[in-house]
Amino acid sequence: MKQFLFFVQKEFYHVWRDKRTMFILFGMPVVQILIFGFALTNEVKNARIAVWDQANDKISRGIIDQIGGSRYFNIGMNLNREDELEQAFQSGKVKMAIVFPSDFESALIHNNQATIQLIADATDPNVATTLANYATAIIMDYQTSRGRIQQIPAIKTEVRMLYNPQLKGSYSFVPGVMALVLMLVCAMMTSISIVREKEMGTMEVILVSPIVPIRVVIAKMVPYFLLSAINICSILLMSVFVLDVPIQGNLLLVVSECLLFTITALAFGLLISSLTNSQQVAMLISLMGLFLPTMLLSGFMFPVENMPVPLQVISNVVPAKWFYIISRSVMIKGLSFDYVWKETLILAGMTLFFMLLSVKKFKTRLE
Amino acid sequence: MRALRILLEKEFRQIFRNPAILRLMFMVPTVQLLILPHAADFEVKNVNVCVVDFDHSPYSQRLVAKITSTDYFQLVAFTDSYDKALRYLAKDQADVVLQIPEGFERSLVKEDETKVFMAVNAVNGVKAGLGGAYLQGVVADFNREVRVEWSQPQGMNAQHAIGVEAINWYNPLMNYKTFMVPGILVILVTMVGGFLSALNIVKEKEVGTIEQINVTPIRKYHFVLGKLIPFWILGLIILTIGFTIAWVVYGIVPVGSFLTIYVFAAAYLLVVLGLGLGVSTLANTQQQAMLISFFIMMIFILLGGLFTSIDSMPFWAQVVTWFNPVTYFIEVMRMVVLKGSTLADIKGQIVTVLLMAVVLNGFAVLNYRKRS
Amino acid sequence: MTGEIVISARDLTKRFGDFTAVKAITFDVMRGEIFGFLGANGAGKTTAMRMLCGLSLPTSGTAQIAGFDLATGSERIKQNIGYMSQKFSLYDDLTITENIRFYGGIYGLTDKEIKDKTRQMLGTLHLEDQAKTITKALPLGWKQKVAFSVAMLHQPRIVFLDEPTGGVDPVTRREFWTMIYEAANSGTTVFVTTHYMDEAEYCDRVSIMVDGSIEALDTPLKLKEQFESSSMENVFIQLARKATRSNA
Repeated sequence: MKQFLFFVQKEFYHVWRDKRTMFILFGMPVVQILIFGFALTNEVKNARIAVWDQANDKISRGIIDQIGGSRYFNIGMNLNREDELEQAFQSGKVKMAIVFPSDFESALIHNNQATIQLIADATDPNVATTLANYATAIIMDYQTSRGRIQQIPAIKTEVRMLYNPQLKGSYSFVPGVMALVLMLVCAMMTSISIVREKEMGTMEVILVSPIVPIRVVIAKMVPYFLLSAINICSILLMSVFVLDVPIQGNLLLVVSECLLFTITALAFGLLISSLTNSQQVAMLISLMGLFLPTMLLSGFMFPVENMPVPLQVISNVVPAKWFYIISRSVMIKGLSFDYVWKETLILAGMTLFFMLLSVKKFKTRLE
Repeated sequence: MRALRILLEKEFRQIFRNPAILRLMFMVPTVQLLILPHAADFEVKNVNVCVVDFDHSPYSQRLVAKITSTDYFQLVAFTDSYDKALRYLAKDQADVVLQIPEGFERSLVKEDETKVFMAVNAVNGVKAGLGGAYLQGVVADFNREVRVEWSQPQGMNAQHAIGVEAINWYNPLMNYKTFMVPGILVILVTMVGGFLSALNIVKEKEVGTIEQINVTPIRKYHFVLGKLIPFWILGLIILTIGFTIAWVVYGIVPVGSFLTIYVFAAAYLLVVLGLGLGVSTLANTQQQAMLISFFIMMIFILLGGLFTSIDSMPFWAQVVTWFNPVTYFIEVMRMVVLKGSTLADIKGQIVTVLLMAVVLNGFAVLNYRKRS
Repeated sequence: MTGEIVISARDLTKRFGDFTAVKAITFDVMRGEIFGFLGANGAGKTTAMRMLCGLSLPTSGTAQIAGFDLATGSERIKQNIGYMSQKFSLYDDLTITENIRFYGGIYGLTDKEIKDKTRQMLGTLHLEDQAKTITKALPLGWKQKVAFSVAMLHQPRIVFLDEPTGGVDPVTRREFWTMIYEAANSGTTVFVTTHYMDEAEYCDRVSIMVDGSIEALDTPLKLKEQFESSSMENVFIQLARKATRSNA
């Protein structure tokens, strides 16, 4: 036992003395939370649009005022000619253009019919759709408010946004950031640390010593486990106090699931290190086989249900996907263990599998 | 000049003999371009609706029928209890719960006003926003239908028939992949340029070969150029590979000219390589180099407008994007590939990027000391 | 050995913060000399050598190398010196021929000169068959010999060798020193650091650094007289024992 502690101490020194790496390992979650929490949002607002009001009558101006006053839109340009229209889009200055025909008001009065054109830059289809929807809604609203004289049947919709009343993007991101950071710290760093010893040749020295080899490896994991624990705490704290994303579920459950995932990641790191003797390769595998899938296929950045079936199948193998479901359900929706026991089991199963596989590989390498 | 040529010979030999790099160069674009556009699909489809109908009236049934008739919505359950419906939401089996209260039809007929309630699973902000908006749209449409049915032929809706015609330019098929792929090409080039160059130089530091170079009469700028040029060429090659894959797999061909893109890419690569150079002066080991460049690139990519729109960012974040070279390249890529913008249209971006390149690389050359 | 001075150091000092690694060393080296630079680990000899090569900026003091001032003419100096360290000299992932071509080109040799020298070198070292071998695959002894030859490619006036024979077997070491003698005989000054005391005997003059200062500088013979020792090893131990900066 004492031997083991010596090794743990040595590993701590390695990690602790590499200040630059530590800075990044602690700093990354903080920066990610700040960015995801404050800078990134899928909400559409302040979209730059252009207006070509050929009519310039009371109604058109009224509508333009409404639109300009809404927080979704930012009227950046007033166009006067057709060719300016194309230019506005080509130069990337506007996302949508609203065009009023010159006979707008008169057509409305005399023919009961007039059309406003919404030209959207569909390079980002979602934004185009959303902007068109919002603009239409504002126009319809304007219409209704002007003509609320007779009894016109009106069906009102009352909408409640659950779990995330302000539609903050951060809600879905915090668990994702956690998964990413844990994967990075535990899996990638552990694997590189083990492989580095192999590369430098000091692994042989250790293997010749009386310590049981598996303990060496576990000793390597300990600092990163602790680092991750600290990161988990800092992410949760930041989430609650800086982002105002409260932890709805049982805190103990949240933390235990996080720790489970940490161990999963560590086991994965161990597996990677048993596959190669070169640091560069370990880095490559970590990046390509671990990090990228975690980011892309776990469901935190992009919805899994949108992906083509083969990708959905692959995503089932990505541990982060299950962790993400668990953490989202418990942290954000506040659900209890009954809802996540299945996923927890899967995660635990994966962990066991990785560990057994790597122990086996490790043993054969040594013999 | 000759010294530079000899230096470049050596660099290229080393690069192409490194199996890891070659694998990276070909695997990364392939993987990114094949997987990422399929994964990064923010298009909202198949919104799962669970309906709780307390009214069971002809009108409520009509409303439900209307909703389910669109292929946008999938009716997953029809329950008689709000709590049961919420369970569907909790399990992520439904995205929206529509509750039609008792007396829906009666209120509509008697008072010309009635309400429906919607509970949206807003954990996924995008889906929630769009799904909810669409559902409201369907309800509003139903409303209009009812109005039309009940209205007298004349008088009623006298002035209020403003029609809205929505036209989509540049991506008429609303293909999300067409939108994502150019941005992904940017990430590709950025990674190769920034990552690999930093790793390469730090490896020389780690192994000690940099000392050997410092002892020779090689000039500072020779050394820097000797490192920049190979990766600059590599970056352009990867861009070409990327475009080829984009064409073969997705049928994406730039509306604008390739020349415009490559001119900008050439300038952009200089910036990214300068960054890689900078990182290499900060890191002592390959591991550090990898972490630091990864960290920096992650920030740049997230704040570059690839996944979320810059307009929606708070002002301080927008200021950051002004200094982010990735932002400009993503802009330019999208503009040229999808809209056919020309060199003239992007001259602002080119100038900005060239300025960044000069500052970064100048700084790196000045900072590089053969003698410590 | 003619009387021309090729290296001349005056009060050369290097400080790192408040730690003085090299304390005002002063010495001269003659043309064609084999000058041994000895010292315990931590004594400052590597730091001193790095200053002379232009790898490290002296905190104070001056030096003249191959006729140029260290502070102002360091790039000119580099044209005229060669360097070989135990840690590294050649690129492991290039072949011998490619390494020769690289260093030859860097030092300004023409393509023809490079071809001729390559042929010459491979012949002298009996490595013709290994011309296309990746350097990594060569045994250490051969690598070092090639590295030395490469350092001599451009016929530098001075060649700096940092523990060139570390980890190499005795036969190869002897052969290596034969090469060093030949270089010295043809007028190249050899500035070499080593831990092997028998190699100290091969030098024309030897300096021993202790705690950053030069505690002894003379021919091996005179040093053995001065310290009443029969071997350089003994001289070294006597001096090293006085060190306060141990290498523990």
